[in-house]
Amino acid sequence: MTEDFWIFPAQFLLSLLLAPFLTGIINRVKAIAAGRHGKPLLQCYYDIWRLCRKGEVISESASWPFLLGPSIVLGSGLLALAMLPLGGFASPLGFAGDFILAAYLLGLGRFALMLAALDTGSAFEGMGASREAAFGALAEPALFLAFLVLSSTCLDLGHYSTRQTGQAFSLGVMFHGQAALSWLHGKPELVIVPLALFILLLAENCRIPVDDPNTHLELTMIHEVMILDQSGPSLAMLIYAACLKLWFFAALVAALVVPPLPFWAGTGLWLFAVMVVGILVGIVESVMARLRMRRVPHLLGMACALAAFALILAQVS
Amino acid sequence: MFFANVIFLLLLNDLFLLAAPGVTWLIRLTAFQGVLLGSLLFDMDHALLGAAVLGIKGILLPVLLARTYKHIGRREKTRHLNHAIAVLMGVLGLVFSLWLENRMDLMPGLFPDLLFPAAITTLFCGLILVVGRATALSQVIGYLVAENGIFLLGAPLMAAGAIWFELALLLDIFVAVFVMGIAIGHIGEKFESMDTARFRSLRD
Repeated sequence: MTEDFWIFPAQFLLSLLLAPFLTGIINRVKAIAAGRHGKPLLQCYYDIWRLCRKGEVISESASWPFLLGPSIVLGSGLLALAMLPLGGFASPLGFAGDFILAAYLLGLGRFALMLAALDTGSAFEGMGASREAAFGALAEPALFLAFLVLSSTCLDLGHYSTRQTGQAFSLGVMFHGQAALSWLHGKPELVIVPLALFILLLAENCRIPVDDPNTHLELTMIHEVMILDQSGPSLAMLIYAACLKLWFFAALVAALVVPPLPFWAGTGLWLFAVMVVGILVGIVESVMARLRMRRVPHLLGMACALAAFALILAQVS
Repeated sequence: MFFANVIFLLLLNDLFLLAAPGVTWLIRLTAFQGVLLGSLLFDMDHALLGAAVLGIKGILLPVLLARTYKHIGRREKTRHLNHAIAVLMGVLGLVFSLWLENRMDLMPGLFPDLLFPAAITTLFCGLILVVGRATALSQVIGYLVAENGIFLLGAPLMAAGAIWFELALLLDIFVAVFVMGIAIGHIGEKFESMDTARFRSLRD
C-alpha cells in the first residue's frame, strides 16, 4: 500500500469537514458588505448539531418518500463529491465517463428531494419542486457542455495514447489542473468554463440571483420551500447535503484555476481557491438583486450559450 | 498567439454585445471592439490604419454615441429578442460561419486562423442587434458592429493602396454616426420615445 493511497481519503474527509464552513464564509462576506457583524463563521455547524439532537415532526399525509428523501439526497451528494478530484488528486472511484455518473448522482438527489417535497401534499412545496425541476433541466446541458469542453481540451493536449483515449472523459483527468495553464497557451476558450460553472453554482445551489437562501414564506423561493416540512435530523441532513453540493461546485471551479503542484502546495492553493469562490459568491449576493422568476431561464440559457461557444472554439482550434 | 487571443476576445465581445443589459454597456463594448480591431491591424502591420481605427472606432464614435445617449437620457425598456435567445442566435451564427468557411474555396493562407468566422459572426451579431433591439440608438450600434465585421473581412485583402480607401470609408462611417447621432438627438427632443416600433402607429 503506497503513501498516495491515503491522500484522497484525507482530502475527502477535509472536504466533508469544511463544507459547512464555506456557507459561513459566504454569510460573513454578505454581512461585512451590509455593514453588519453577522453570524459566527461556524453557525452552520451549530445549526446542524442543534437539529441532530431534536425530535422530528412528520406530517400525517407524508409517506416513505418523505422519510427516505433526506438520506438519498445526502448519500448521492457524498458519492458525487467522492468522484471528484480534490486538490488535483484523482479519486480512486474515477473511471472513463464518470462525469455522467457524478452529474446524475446530483440529479438523483434532486429527484429524491422533489419527491419528498411533493409527498407532503402541500401546494406550496409542489410549486418549489416544479421550479427545481425546470431550472435543473436547464442547468444540466450547460454542465455537460462544460465537461465536454474540458475533455476535448484534454484530448487535444494529447497526453494519452489511443488506447487511453477514454481517460480524457474522466473527472480525474479533466480537473487535473491542465486547464489552469493551457488557457495561457493558445486555449483561451478555457477561461469561459469556470465562468459558466460559476453561473451553474449560483443556480444549482439556489443562491442569489436565482433564489435567496435567507428568505422564507416568499413566493419566489425554490430550495427553502422544498424543505419546509422537514425537521430535526432530516433537516440537518438536507442542510449538510446542500453544503456538500455547494462545495462540489466550488471545487469544480477551483480545480480549473489551480495548476498542478506538489501535494501540500496543491492542496493549500486548492482550498484557498474554494474559499475565494465562496467570497465571490458572497460578493455576487451582496451586489445583485434576485432575478425575476421568468428571467432565470435566460441566465441559464446564457450559461449554456457560453459553454457551447467554448466547445465550438475548443473543437476548431 | 496575440492574434488568436484578440480574435477570441472579439468573439466573446460579440456574445456580450448580444447579452448587454443596456445602451451604456453596448457603447462600452463597441468601444472595446474598436480597440480590438485596431490592435489586430497593428498586429497585421497596418500601423497607420490601426491608429485611425483605434482613434475613430475605439474613442471618437463611442464618445459621440455616449453623448447622444446622455442627451436623450432615457433607458431602453423593451426589446424584441430576449438576451438568451439573442446569445444562442450568436452562437448559431458562429457555427454557420465555421460551416461557411469550410464550404467556400478561400485561397489558403489568405485569412489567418479564425479570422473569417470571427468577421462573419461579428456581422451576424450586428444584424441581430439591429433586429433585436427596440431603440434607434441600439440599432445604430448594431449597424456599427455589422460594419466592424465587414471591415474585418476586408483587412487581410488590403494592399498598400487600399489603406486610403479604408481610411475614406472610416470617415464615411464617422459622418454617418455623427448625422445619426444628431438625428436621434432631435427625435429624442421631439418625441417621447425612440422605440422604432412606434413608427408603425404614426398618423398625420
